[in-house]
Amino acid sequence: MRRFALVALMIVVSFLFFGMTIMHPIGKPILQDMDNYFITHAQEETGANNVVTSIVFDYRGFDTLGEATVLFAAVSGVAMLFGRRIRA
Amino acid sequence: MMFIVYLTVVALIGIGLYAIIFKRNLIKIVIGVSLVECAANLFLVSLGYKEGGVAPIFTMAPHENMVLPTPQALTLTSIVIGVAVTALMLSFAMNYYKSYGTLDATKGRLKG
Amino acid sequence: MREMSRIVRTVSHIMFPFVIMFGFYLVVHGHLTPGGGFQGGAIIASGLALLIVAYSRSRVKKVVKKEVLTTIESSGLLMFIGLAFLGIGATFFYNFLANSGIIFGDSVAYGINPGNLNTAGTLPLMSIAVGLEVLAGLSIIILMLAIGSLAGEGSR
Repeated sequence: MRRFALVALMIVVSFLFFGMTIMHPIGKPILQDMDNYFITHAQEETGANNVVTSIVFDYRGFDTLGEATVLFAAVSGVAMLFGRRIRA
Repeated sequence: MMFIVYLTVVALIGIGLYAIIFKRNLIKIVIGVSLVECAANLFLVSLGYKEGGVAPIFTMAPHENMVLPTPQALTLTSIVIGVAVTALMLSFAMNYYKSYGTLDATKGRLKG
Repeated sequence: MREMSRIVRTVSHIMFPFVIMFGFYLVVHGHLTPGGGFQGGAIIASGLALLIVAYSRSRVKKVVKKEVLTTIESSGLLMFIGLAFLGIGATFFYNFLANSGIIFGDSVAYGINPGNLNTAGTLPLMSIAVGLEVLAGLSIIILMLAIGSLAGEGSR
């Protein structure tokens, strides 16, 4: 079983190596129309100098909402796991 | 030299998957998950890098050639989710240790 | 875990207000400089971790109440969703305060500029809301992990 898992790990890592060799070189991103729009229009549309913040809280606010929900759920899980043991 | 970041990503994913599959200590499994998560964050940030670009912030920027902002925002989200998931996994590991007296994933027994 | 030596306690006593101040600075200036709600909240929570390491966790447990942190976290998340709902006239998450002249409503100079705190509309408010949520959430996680191991030693 361990040998089978080792072979599977080797296959996955070799696929990753193959994918690494055919990636585009670092420093020349391919599709950047959306990001160029954000960089040129973020200041007039949201008034913020920090483009990353304007994406996090304005353009992609739903991502942040889901992320805050995930954090809330994790905190509730941790508090539930340890709150019971303290009372007992 | 061009592919050193991708090489780091592949190495981190390989080490993390190795730790997840072959280690039996729960803390080491959590470390493996965190390594894979770090690899994903590094991959996202390196996808958005532009040659000679600065951070996409207009306050006192040296010039207007900026790296892509969307992967950075998604990485920010990913980091916070990673912290939450790691905290939950560690608290599960602590409860496991309190219940069974060991951190070995194969030694635990379910009590009726 | 006993409390650490007098040197560590004194230095952490001096450093703790500065850590908190730096965290709130990052939260409020999130739309001008690198930073924002998540990073500032994480730094404030690391201030609590400093207190737990320097003083003992049983002593910190008496001062920092879990109910207060839970209330802060829930109110931060509710503030965030409420701010998103306020722009429902156009869309959810619409930035209705930007360039409007009310609070945080100045229009920004385009291009590279030195920065003006009174800009960006709802972004600083949302940043404060998320900062409150993250600081309370990470503080609860750190406190629960520290106290949980303490309770385990006592019961076994």
